[in-house]
Amino acid sequence: MEKVLEVKNLHVSFKTYGGEVKAVRGVTFDLYKGETLAIVGESGCGKSVSAQSIMRLIPNPPGKIKHGSILFKGMDLTAVKEPQMRNIRGADISMIFQDPMTALNPTISIGEQIIEGVLQHKQVTRQEAKKTALEMLDLVGIPNPVERLKHYPHQFSGGMRQRIVIAMALVCQPEVLIADEPTTALDVTIQAQILDLFKEIQSKTGVSIILITHDLGVVAQVADRVVVMYAGKIVEAGSRREIFYNPQHPYTKGLLNSVPRLDIEETELVPIGGSPPDLFSPPTGCPFTARCAYAMEVCDRKYPFKTRLSQEHHVDCWLQDERAIKMLASIK
Amino acid sequence: MTAYIVKRLIAMLVTLWLIITLTFFLMHSVPGSPFNEERATNETVQKNLEKYYHLDEPLIVQYGLYLKSVITFDFGPSIKKSSQTVNEMLGRGFPVSFELGLVTLIVAVISGITLGIIAALRHNGILDYTAMTIAVLGISIPNFVMATLLIQQVAVNWGILPVATWVSPKHMILPTLALATGPMAIIARLTRSSMLEVLTQDYIRTAKAKGLSPVKIIFKHALRNALLPVVTVLGSLAASILTGTFVIEKIFAIPGMGKYFVESINQRDYPVIMGTTVFYSAILIMMLFLVDIAYGILDPRIKLHKKEGS
Repeated sequence: MEKVLEVKNLHVSFKTYGGEVKAVRGVTFDLYKGETLAIVGESGCGKSVSAQSIMRLIPNPPGKIKHGSILFKGMDLTAVKEPQMRNIRGADISMIFQDPMTALNPTISIGEQIIEGVLQHKQVTRQEAKKTALEMLDLVGIPNPVERLKHYPHQFSGGMRQRIVIAMALVCQPEVLIADEPTTALDVTIQAQILDLFKEIQSKTGVSIILITHDLGVVAQVADRVVVMYAGKIVEAGSRREIFYNPQHPYTKGLLNSVPRLDIEETELVPIGGSPPDLFSPPTGCPFTARCAYAMEVCDRKYPFKTRLSQEHHVDCWLQDERAIKMLASIK
Repeated sequence: MTAYIVKRLIAMLVTLWLIITLTFFLMHSVPGSPFNEERATNETVQKNLEKYYHLDEPLIVQYGLYLKSVITFDFGPSIKKSSQTVNEMLGRGFPVSFELGLVTLIVAVISGITLGIIAALRHNGILDYTAMTIAVLGISIPNFVMATLLIQQVAVNWGILPVATWVSPKHMILPTLALATGPMAIIARLTRSSMLEVLTQDYIRTAKAKGLSPVKIIFKHALRNALLPVVTVLGSLAASILTGTFVIEKIFAIPGMGKYFVESINQRDYPVIMGTTVFYSAILIMMLFLVDIAYGILDPRIKLHKKEGS
């Protein structure tokens, strides 16, 4: 399959009064054409920062991409100049943010907010841009788009606003859509509708989606592949099937155990105890050691190697080491 | 919209009536009368004068007479300068004061907003600190001190601009500057803080994610939202400019309304006090009304008319 985006060894840091926060520490992943890649992890694990780095939307200062490259169409996005980056934003790579209630400008009509994106990137007249906007609103399921175009954000419900935000992001037919917790601020029924909308749009336009979420239920519904992040690192990645049915990293297992399920008798949820490490001075070993039930001495000292389990599935964990496997077998 | 305006107009009239009533009774509760002077007047003359101006009537009757004069827009003759009526004084003084006030307001708004935007965009930079230092100075230095300093330095020492009076546009520069510094500083600080807040909003990030240029983001997406609080204070700023004109007019010998206002209070020239007060209040109430209308135009979330059902 064709790679649309390649993120290689990305490091992002924030300078604060307390020191440097290493929010993303060596993240590598690819995005293929027409797929949905989910990035999951708890708050502060660096998933949003990774995504915003792709768009170069990290406020700088204090944020800075320290190492690594982001390849898009043969260009390294970490190196292109700002004006060129502006031509990419919204046209080739678009972004949807978490809260549709605040993502739209309250004093500008939604029509204008969609149209200005088209006018920014395409050589079209205002009338043509308006036509595109209408088609887009129709595509995302806004009833009566001609009338609604003139309305302001406060005249829409949360779900409708998220549809508008999606229309705005897709109006220039980007190749990559980054959705940062697009359903978190919505109630569950609207969530399902929006996720269906993503699938529908993807089948119509072939856009590649990076979906950032902490909700494994959402991942199960739409993702093709899953990347699990913890403390600024990718600890496990694989196809949806591999992650849900054959999780290898204790953190991934912990995440899955803390999701309510209807298909299993056992109803008690098992939370992961403790909290993630301080990213001012991240541990040299595996960052999950302190919370891990299987922690060994080596975990604290050295970060584990990447173990490849299949074409897609790989995990960073010492439990994959031969010696650990042997030892576990002997205990059993 | 019409219903709203009618409602507001009624409320404005009530406000104005309250101001008139309060001023009237306050004014009469102050001891002394227009004819109390160091040089004693003949008692019969004084009696006749009081009779002529209805000052011998009970207060409530005077109040009634006064309300009548307000409704007919005839404030009567001045007591002290009996050759002039209050209407004539207002007619002569107001255009000058209005010119000064309007120019000041325009200068204050434009320069204040510009300074505020620059400060916000260069947050914590040298330009920010410079702009905010100017603003703090502007707020702390009273306009009469500013006026004296300007006259001393620009008009006397350098001799570039005229010292006083109100003849040509050149004469307008110093009084306008002196009067505009305070409001400008307030607007600059307000614009800066509200701009800084708006720039961290999610919709600014959305605009960036669309690939808009910084200029478009600032002027189309940020400024309008940042100006809402500024518009709110414009009404009361207009008030402070109006009252500021009293002193500035005096210092620069500008033939505006301020002179009449201050003199009338000192001399207990009742009709002039009432006339100027009512006039100023009317302008102020009008300003606040205009600000509310402007607010509704700037922010579509504020509806001035009945809900159309959203």
